[in-house]
Amino acid sequence: MKNIMRSLTAIAILTLISCGGKEEKKKDGIQIGQKPPATETPKEEPASNEKPSEMVDLTNKGIGPIKSLELPAEIDQAMAAKGMEVYKTKCMACHKPDKKFIGPAPTGIFERRTPEWIMNMILNPEDMTQNDPLAKALLVEFNGSPMANQNLTEEEARQVLEYFRTL
Amino acid sequence: MRKTINILVSLIMVAGLVSCNGGDKKGNKSKGGLATNAAEKVYVAPGEHDEFYAFISGGFSGQLSVYGLPSGRLFKVIPVFSQDAEKAWGYNEETKPMLETSFGFVPWDDSHHPDISQTNGELDGRWVFINGNNTPRIARVDLTTFETAEIIEVPNSAGNHSSSFITENTEYVVAGTRFSVPIPQRDLPIKDYKGNFKGALSFISVDPETGRMAIKFQLMMPGFDYDLSHPGRDKSHGWFFFTTYNTEEANTLLEVNASQNDKDFIAAVNWKKIEEYVNNGGGTKVPAKYAHNVYSDETHTATSTMMNEVLTVNPLDVPGAVYFLPTPKSPHGCDVDPTGEYIVGNGKLSADLTVHSFTKMLDAIENKKFDGEAYGIPILKFEDVLAGTVKQPGLGPLHTEFDGKGNAYTTFFISSEVVKWKVGTWEVVDRQPAYYSVGHGMIPGGNSRKPFGKYFVSMNKITKDRYLPTGPEVTQSAQLYNISGDKMELLLDFPTIGEPHYAAGIPAEIVAKNSKQLFKLSENKHPYATISDGDARVERKGNEVHIYMTMIRSHFNPDNIEGIKVGDKVYFHVTNHEQDYDVPHGISMIGANTSELLIMPGQTETFVWEPKQPGVWPFYCTDFCSALHQEMQGYVRVSPASSGTELKWSLGED
Repeated sequence: MKNIMRSLTAIAILTLISCGGKEEKKKDGIQIGQKPPATETPKEEPASNEKPSEMVDLTNKGIGPIKSLELPAEIDQAMAAKGMEVYKTKCMACHKPDKKFIGPAPTGIFERRTPEWIMNMILNPEDMTQNDPLAKALLVEFNGSPMANQNLTEEEARQVLEYFRTL
Repeated sequence: MRKTINILVSLIMVAGLVSCNGGDKKGNKSKGGLATNAAEKVYVAPGEHDEFYAFISGGFSGQLSVYGLPSGRLFKVIPVFSQDAEKAWGYNEETKPMLETSFGFVPWDDSHHPDISQTNGELDGRWVFINGNNTPRIARVDLTTFETAEIIEVPNSAGNHSSSFITENTEYVVAGTRFSVPIPQRDLPIKDYKGNFKGALSFISVDPETGRMAIKFQLMMPGFDYDLSHPGRDKSHGWFFFTTYNTEEANTLLEVNASQNDKDFIAAVNWKKIEEYVNNGGGTKVPAKYAHNVYSDETHTATSTMMNEVLTVNPLDVPGAVYFLPTPKSPHGCDVDPTGEYIVGNGKLSADLTVHSFTKMLDAIENKKFDGEAYGIPILKFEDVLAGTVKQPGLGPLHTEFDGKGNAYTTFFISSEVVKWKVGTWEVVDRQPAYYSVGHGMIPGGNSRKPFGKYFVSMNKITKDRYLPTGPEVTQSAQLYNISGDKMELLLDFPTIGEPHYAAGIPAEIVAKNSKQLFKLSENKHPYATISDGDARVERKGNEVHIYMTMIRSHFNPDNIEGIKVGDKVYFHVTNHEQDYDVPHGISMIGANTSELLIMPGQTETFVWEPKQPGVWPFYCTDFCSALHQEMQGYVRVSPASSGTELKWSLGED
């Protein structure tokens, strides 16, 4: 027993020494896998390494209740206003209109996604993130943070879509 | 070597068998599951649902627990009369008012007898009512949320035990006092009990739409102990029956002094007659302080209102409204069969079980077959109201339930058994031991015109050796019997929360379809709700700081707060922005002198934190919510009281 105590004391002392021993001042934070200095020009990412959020796919309609949707040429401002209200209460905790937050920003989304895909992502997120290849990839890109099902009605989702057109 | 081991193993097995068979005293426990197919009768496969809900009183835990039958699985403990840190009940600012009484904040009670609301004498599954015995209160639990929606205190009452039983259209929830007391309460020598103390029987009306309770009237009865009660039904609808003991009006050593009379009474109360009387202006309003606490699912907040008077009725002022039915030896349970004809007085010190006839009672009243009076209330002649006697069925009868097929099941405390007998012929047809010393029994729908006579649950007072030991205190326990055949069959033991006094069971299909999945954020009317994430903010009012916070998988907004000072009173008003089923979030703050919050989707709750020292203090989500749950955390910077640190808040900014 005495021996064990003695050994423990020795270990403790060693630990203290090793801790206090380093004189060199560390930089703040962890430095694993740090990016090279900014002077180097970043290489062009090959197309296959494109971020899912930046990928353009204007044919995929996603999985869910919305099979086909024709958007009229004119934006329905009244509908968009309703959509903004819904967006504020049910979406904005994770999606800021014009910057990446917990999830991607909706600004410019029609350049990358079909209206059907957007509505299905809102209405059927569990299924989408499990079975739609693009939604699956997005889940990975956004650290596994799940797209919450906020139980919007189809009408509300359509209003939100109209709001996205104004962004 | 192997042979030797085999022989040894065989010997051990044989020895085991012999010793098991020797254990006769333990009845069919010794036969194990192999002797019957009991196991498959209670087996609910993974992912499958139970056939019945059972709402079992939590006794001295003060709560109401929700079980599935036949599996005996516990689903939820609904906090009612006691603080529950798990759900912040009585800890958060919203539910503290629910535990207010005329005595101030009372964070505990002794919950006894749940009963489910009815329409036309059948269970409708809208609400469960339950009584707090110690500081007299009645609670209404909403079965869409499985949460306590309302608690009303019962003034002039003490030991609220002959409660909380429901009339067949939920017109009233009835609460009778076990202990008689001076009314109004006053300083009096205890020995002046006789003649000076009164027993209040309270009829609390229930709004048919909202369920909202209000004390309609209190019947001021002689100073006996009103032990249990049940409503008449069908033909006897409009009457209520209460067992009494201590008709001796003893005030000390009741164990001896309240067991002197050969017969006590069942009080028969014609509440319809009294209702008519008070509707026509009858009765006397007297001062009485009592709290009425109501929780709103819109504001997610409770309010407590102190009431100031109550309407009392002297039974002598309403001729023909109250009679006494002599019933042998301190009757405990007072149970009415599904037809409303038979009223069973479970005389706990009697060898026989007394059954009165409602028809004969009406006849005796009409023909004035009286045997004297007590404090002016007519006593009917025992022989003229007696329907029959179950002879020598066991020792210490307490409660009787009915299966709707002409059978009654009485629990016997002293002889520790459940006895099945035929209503009308009074013959005993079966008996099964209970382990041990059964109190109440329950058949789903037992207090209604339409019982579901498939299972009987016995709630036992003593557990002893039925489970692995857990120190001096062992688990409380219930047992499930299959009563669908001629003979009862013990299927299952299962542990319960607190002492299970009584239970109310109902087919799951009546209730499950109405169960709410979430609260709509758009309908949240909490005064401190943050409906739009953009409105998340921090406001200072003197040394009060209000944090309007939102939560969603998996962050708080804001999650960095600075400018809080020592001496501040910080209110975290937290709104869960999820709008999906089964995504509650929790929040707790280091050193907060209260519980966590557990917030359902769309709900707002508030806790108070009074920081005591400068520093940077973390808070976090307590309910595992997503893969990034561990990341759901934040910091509050606390500066000295004298500092000028600017109030600011943020999320996701550097």
